[in-house]
Amino acid sequence: MELMTSVFTSEEIEKIRAEFPILDQEINGKKLIYFDNAATTQKPNVVINAIHDYYAGYNANIHRGIHHLAEKATGAFEATRESIRAFLNASSTDEIIFTYGTTDGINLIAQTYGRQNLGAGDEIIISTMEHHSNIVPWQMLCEEKGCVLKVIPITDDGEIIFEEYKKLLSAKTKIVSVVYASNALGTINPIPQIIEAAHTHGAVVLVDGAQAVSHLDIDVQSLDVDFFCFSAHKLYGPTGMGAMYGKRALLDKMPPWRGGGEMIKEVTFEKTTYNDLPYKFEAGTPNIADVIALKSAIDFVNKIGKDKIASYETELLEYATEKISQIEGVKIIGTAQNKVSVLSFVIHGIHPQDIGVLLDQQAIAIRTGHHCTQPLMARFGIPGTSRASFAVYNTFEEIDRFIAAIQKVIKLLR
Amino acid sequence: MQPLIENMTINEIQEDIISDFELFDDWEGKYEYIIDLGKQLPVMDDSLKTEENIIKGCQSIVWLHGYQKDGLVYYVGDSQAIIVKGLVSLLLKVLSGHTPEEILNADLFFIEKVGLASHLAQTRSNGLASMAKQMKTYALAFSSKELN
Ligand SMILES: Cc1ncc(COP(=O)(O)O)c(C=O)c1O
Repeated sequence: MELMTSVFTSEEIEKIRAEFPILDQEINGKKLIYFDNAATTQKPNVVINAIHDYYAGYNANIHRGIHHLAEKATGAFEATRESIRAFLNASSTDEIIFTYGTTDGINLIAQTYGRQNLGAGDEIIISTMEHHSNIVPWQMLCEEKGCVLKVIPITDDGEIIFEEYKKLLSAKTKIVSVVYASNALGTINPIPQIIEAAHTHGAVVLVDGAQAVSHLDIDVQSLDVDFFCFSAHKLYGPTGMGAMYGKRALLDKMPPWRGGGEMIKEVTFEKTTYNDLPYKFEAGTPNIADVIALKSAIDFVNKIGKDKIASYETELLEYATEKISQIEGVKIIGTAQNKVSVLSFVIHGIHPQDIGVLLDQQAIAIRTGHHCTQPLMARFGIPGTSRASFAVYNTFEEIDRFIAAIQKVIKLLR
Repeated sequence: MQPLIENMTINEIQEDIISDFELFDDWEGKYEYIIDLGKQLPVMDDSLKTEENIIKGCQSIVWLHGYQKDGLVYYVGDSQAIIVKGLVSLLLKVLSGHTPEEILNADLFFIEKVGLASHLAQTRSNGLASMAKQMKTYALAFSSKELN
């Protein structure tokens, strides 16, 4: 590796790495390199310990209990809500709804706001680079309500064509739902401009923040975004949970989705009245342990500093991009100006699956395939890509090993 | 098509493959061999690359076709990915050219013995498990035809 100045010293990186016990292992006799961070990031000790501490020390059902443990659990649970509020700069914790993740949040909005407000002929705009979780819920809604899905085209670099987006907007547009950062390309979309344009046509905007939260500063108020969804597991937190932000004025008018305990005020067989925000959308006993652990993940990110994390990841991305570009036959898919640390590529004449299998033999974990973005792959006319994605605990040395491993793969396959 | 390895039982062929793999002491040798097998796999006629012959659940497209001749079942296959092609080739070596009963009763112990068990896992989505299952399904179809 060439000498270069970095945001972090190597001692600082070693300290960060030491927080992630999973990284300290060998696979097939070699030290693990984990480059599948866009799929899910690894978890620091503070997150793992938070889950352990809850079950070992104060497991109890929340909100209704009157005993000590229930109060402690409720306090920790609600502390995460406040932590997310601050993380997204929402104006109130009433606007933070716990979900199973990004997918769950998008479905919630489609099934409540969507079903309530959309009818035949109304239009929903998404982009070509959406994850299936931001396509299928809208298709389901369109099928039921007779509304129409419109898709913003992208350039060969993987950037939204803004002029085309503006042409799609009209009085018929009711929802614009766009990914902040693409999991398959890395592209960071011009979300502030997208929101502004949508609002001039009276449409509400949902932002899929799954890939954005660990890299970009999010301020839902200055963005003026209507709905924002993310998953904890891409933010060094636990799997199968996340949160959704919604503007209070919208959430207040939306009907509940799932019915059950927690989300009610009073139930009789004749009529049920619903609980206030945010509980109206949180039926049943939630995933308490993982909600509590998400706060530890957010604290972890805040302690290092998201801007520092982002700058470091950009260094890694630029280094890897430069190195891999020198390999003959490699083509990067996703060459937008603004990118999160996602390096998607194809190698001429080699199927991504072969690359993935042979890197795995060298203890390097990447993702190969369509990345749950089949229409995007179709846009580029490829079955899939190989994707390396970097997090704060990755290093330049790992990228050197990755590049050498790719060269070995090519040698074996040619 | 001739039986790939004449007059050998399914188990004998598997033992043969296992001893071939014993020659490799690192992953590179092993995968070089599988890649070579993939490259040497006889070309599958495009007319057989139909939708019905696609094995579902694989990350790369895998085609498999079976037919019967003189009481024996033969297979042809192909894949977009060369390593999967090598795995197809191994399965063909073992199962192609045997009676439906032999194929149905076959225990594919070689996969684990040569250290390819991880490729059986569904999560690997390379379909080794689905391929083996599909080959047995062909055998079952041919054997019930014989009974009728
Ligand atoms: C951009 C994007 N949107 C949505 C999702 C879905 O997230 P989850 O599976 O956690 O609901 C992902 C995760 O793969 C993603 O990368």
